[in-house]
Amino acid sequence: MIPLSWYLLVAAALFCIGLFGVLARKNTIAILMGLELMLNAVNINLLAFWSYLHHAQMNGLVFAAIVFAAAAAETAVGLGLIISAYRRRGSVTANDLDTMKG
Amino acid sequence: MSAAQVLFILVSTVTLFSAVMVVSVRRMMHAALWLIVSLLGVAVLFVLLQAGFFAMVQVLIYIGAISILIIFAVMLTRQVMSEKIPQLNRGWVAGLVAAGGLMIILAFVFRDFPGSLATTMGDPSAGDVVTLGKALADPNGFAIPFELASILLVAALIGTIYIAMERKGGEQ
Repeated sequence: MIPLSWYLLVAAALFCIGLFGVLARKNTIAILMGLELMLNAVNINLLAFWSYLHHAQMNGLVFAAIVFAAAAAETAVGLGLIISAYRRRGSVTANDLDTMKG
Repeated sequence: MSAAQVLFILVSTVTLFSAVMVVSVRRMMHAALWLIVSLLGVAVLFVLLQAGFFAMVQVLIYIGAISILIIFAVMLTRQVMSEKIPQLNRGWVAGLVAAGGLMIILAFVFRDFPGSLATTMGDPSAGDVVTLGKALADPNGFAIPFELASILLVAALIGTIYIAMERKGGEQ
């Protein structure tokens, strides 16, 4: 059988790849894609812990469902913000969105 | 090595490779398509974790809705950013160091975590959709968090429509 640590390592690697995308990409849509990867890594972790350690309880599944809802809300709001910023400033580069810079 | 292990290694290799492509390819449209491959790999991992319902939800919500939204946004903002210039910002080395450092820290945490040696999953019948649905609708269970999640979604969608709405009469 597959040990739990394999799932944890894959999820951690996916999270770190997503984190690199968020930190290093210029395009805001690419940053959003990195965020999606990170949220997916979190979901793998939640379902892996549920499946291996707390299978009798529903907490893990409900938590994963709520992460799905939060991810959908986050993407919708993020893309709405990007479209709005694009319409006003003609750019989707994170460097150009500096109106609130101190 | 059992068949499940071979499948796991295959699927996770594809998932991680396409995740690397998502954060590294120059063309945004290709990144969006690689993201779909990566999300599909995660769905297969959910199946291996006996969470078939979530694999289906993953395909429906992530691949069916979120990826399409992202592709729409990529197409709407296509001519803005030249694909000739580098797609990574100046601090990308720092980002790589931060992500790699986090990976090393997490690997050490997993090594010391006793539960990570578990190899047996629970009874497959324990997590079926009926139990999950009853738990989500049970007032003593998760009815309130579930309703809060729906309120969050509605609020986010209304907010998005308001933010992205085209306003007549100039800058606001």
